[in-house]
Amino acid sequence: MSTSRKERMARPRTPMPERNPEERAHSFDEVNLGYTTQLAILEAQRCLQCPRPKCVEGCPVGVRIDEFIAHVSDGDFGAAAAVIGQDNALPAVCGRVCPQETQCEGACVLDRKERPIAIGHLERFVSDFVRDHDVGRTVPTGTKTGKRIAVVGSGPAGLACAGDLAKRGHEVTVFEALHQLGGVLVYGIPEYRLPKEIVAAEVDRLGEMGVCFETNVPIGMAESLDDLLESFDAVFVGVGAGLPRFLEVPGEHLVGVMSANEFLTRVNLMGAYLADSTTPVYDLVGKTVVVVGGGNTAMDAVRTARRMGAADARILYRRTEEEMPARREEVRHAREEGVAFEFLVTPIEFRGVDGFLRSMVVQRMELGEEGPDGRRRPVAVPGSELEIPIDVAVIAAGNAPNPLIGRTTPDLEVTGRGTLAADVETGRTSKKGVFAGGDIVTGGATVILAMGAGRKAAASIQQYLDSGEW
Amino acid sequence: MFEVLTAAWAAPGVKRFRVAAPRVAEHWRAGQFVIVRAGEGAERIPLTIAEGDATEGWIGLIVQSVGASTTEINSLEVGDTFSDVVGPLGTPSEVEAVGSVVVVGGGVGVAIAYPTAVAHVAAGNDVTAIIGGRTADHVILEQELAAACSRVVVCTDDGSAGRPGFVTDALSDRLEEGEVDLVVAIGPIAMMRAVTGVTRSRQIPTIVSLNPIMVDGTGMCGGCRVLVGGETKFACVDGPEFDAHAVDFDVLDARNRSYRDFERRACAVAE
Repeated sequence: MSTSRKERMARPRTPMPERNPEERAHSFDEVNLGYTTQLAILEAQRCLQCPRPKCVEGCPVGVRIDEFIAHVSDGDFGAAAAVIGQDNALPAVCGRVCPQETQCEGACVLDRKERPIAIGHLERFVSDFVRDHDVGRTVPTGTKTGKRIAVVGSGPAGLACAGDLAKRGHEVTVFEALHQLGGVLVYGIPEYRLPKEIVAAEVDRLGEMGVCFETNVPIGMAESLDDLLESFDAVFVGVGAGLPRFLEVPGEHLVGVMSANEFLTRVNLMGAYLADSTTPVYDLVGKTVVVVGGGNTAMDAVRTARRMGAADARILYRRTEEEMPARREEVRHAREEGVAFEFLVTPIEFRGVDGFLRSMVVQRMELGEEGPDGRRRPVAVPGSELEIPIDVAVIAAGNAPNPLIGRTTPDLEVTGRGTLAADVETGRTSKKGVFAGGDIVTGGATVILAMGAGRKAAASIQQYLDSGEW
Repeated sequence: MFEVLTAAWAAPGVKRFRVAAPRVAEHWRAGQFVIVRAGEGAERIPLTIAEGDATEGWIGLIVQSVGASTTEINSLEVGDTFSDVVGPLGTPSEVEAVGSVVVVGGGVGVAIAYPTAVAHVAAGNDVTAIIGGRTADHVILEQELAAACSRVVVCTDDGSAGRPGFVTDALSDRLEEGEVDLVVAIGPIAMMRAVTGVTRSRQIPTIVSLNPIMVDGTGMCGGCRVLVGGETKFACVDGPEFDAHAVDFDVLDARNRSYRDFERRACAVAE
């Protein structure tokens, strides 16, 4: 590289071009527009190429970030894509939705100067570039092994697992209960953050690698795991998050109160944001919509509500901004789009007329003692109750694990929280030949952690196929 | 794609289908349902499985045109296809030898009551079926039920078939006649609520099959939540059958009106 280390360290982070906030508050078009070739090379050239790159350690799937960035700064995007592709089955997705600030970018040495390399933006650029220009997309195929693996669930855990197993030459079939592939990537994460066509392209690429997909198959209800084990050598269960948690406060059954899962599924998977959609969704035009929660799902719901026409879309979070688990970029984008935030407050009752929501009673909170998770617990302030008129409330308070397989597979150990009991390192469950990973094991987490679990399980399935030992 | 093998009108606005769905046909049990989409972009509609043949690989569905999506489904003819049929979903009916069982079906609910009645007969129970409809034309599956059950009582609002009046009157009479160990009621909310009222005072165990609004049907969205015994339950995985005496019918009724404005608009557009 031509520039000195000192010069590179002094340069600012290359900003991501974004659609302007006024336009995007009413549009489901993607907010981040992506780097141009020039911007990508400019940003890549800031990389210090550390001898022991911390960013790689910070990546849950171990992408060789320093190597791919070196190729980007040389303008060889095909080579960069090949490096990423070895460790990440869904780079166009991860570049868009990973919480980079707590992973690769959080580990970057330049993070101390608050200008870490924009690794996520570069990953996105590389995968979009090779897809759009059809370069460097050689499909790696291993020698056929004759082994058959069933993957249950086509979300990030399942897709990552399927990709790795296909690369090793195994015959992989992915079973999906919904009519569309991608799991949370299509029913949960909104179009403006992750366009459906990006997910479809990543799925297609797995198809080119020989992975078979079957939609409309609810494993556990149709075929059981035992049925699968008769025709497959191993099974990976990555069925993800299930039933939404509610606040369990009075009035939560009123029409107008719903889970973020339901709201987002109606809008995303069922396309209720499209003018000709047949799926009903509450008319939010001009309405006051309150989203309860502080995670990425809450941000997705509130920004979606704004795009569906809500005049007043606000987040209600019982802790402070500091404790909010949402990605920083989501919070910033939400603010720019006119979303209001209220901290240290929680609903204690919903009130309505004739079964329909009209208002909620909220209570102030303050932060008390530290809880077991290291975060200070919110404590109610007595006498601080206040009734506020609202039209719609969306609850984004997390999910219980999907119940279908646990309930219908008696010899599969389930934890007290309803998650499947599986070894964190290997994904092995209590049932021979059955592996599990992602939200079904950890409870609600992120896309990339689920992908990491899928990859670990793939490696561990290989080990099991080789040794035959459980 | 799931091909329509037979399609025939069973009553005004009610169509009876046989649909090729080998996987569902192989695994379904009474009380379970499927979610279908008529075509790409269509709404997901939950429908209880009325019958099925694992060898021939089909399931039977009975669909009432109530909104834009069900009207679209009922426009399908033999040789047409559903783009999606997913199932079986839901917890199967609990069927045990209890003695004397009365299965009450109202309107298109009879379609759901039918496999449950057959299952109770197979379990060795003495089954009386009480089925209702607005007029003689609206009564479905009478012959099929007569072939399976020891007795079928037909009720119509206008008396054009069977006895005039509501199914609850026929149920009360049946309860007067002799011991009943279990009542299963499936139909419109008002009917299930009325049946529940009749059996509550007599303390007869009663099961209802609920039909709340649903999206995915696989335990993910939470749209189908119902209040049972003061607890939030999800009809798609915890049900759809519940202890009738614990169900909060007011909540069910209100929640099923969630999208009434949208439905009205959708129907207006479809016309």
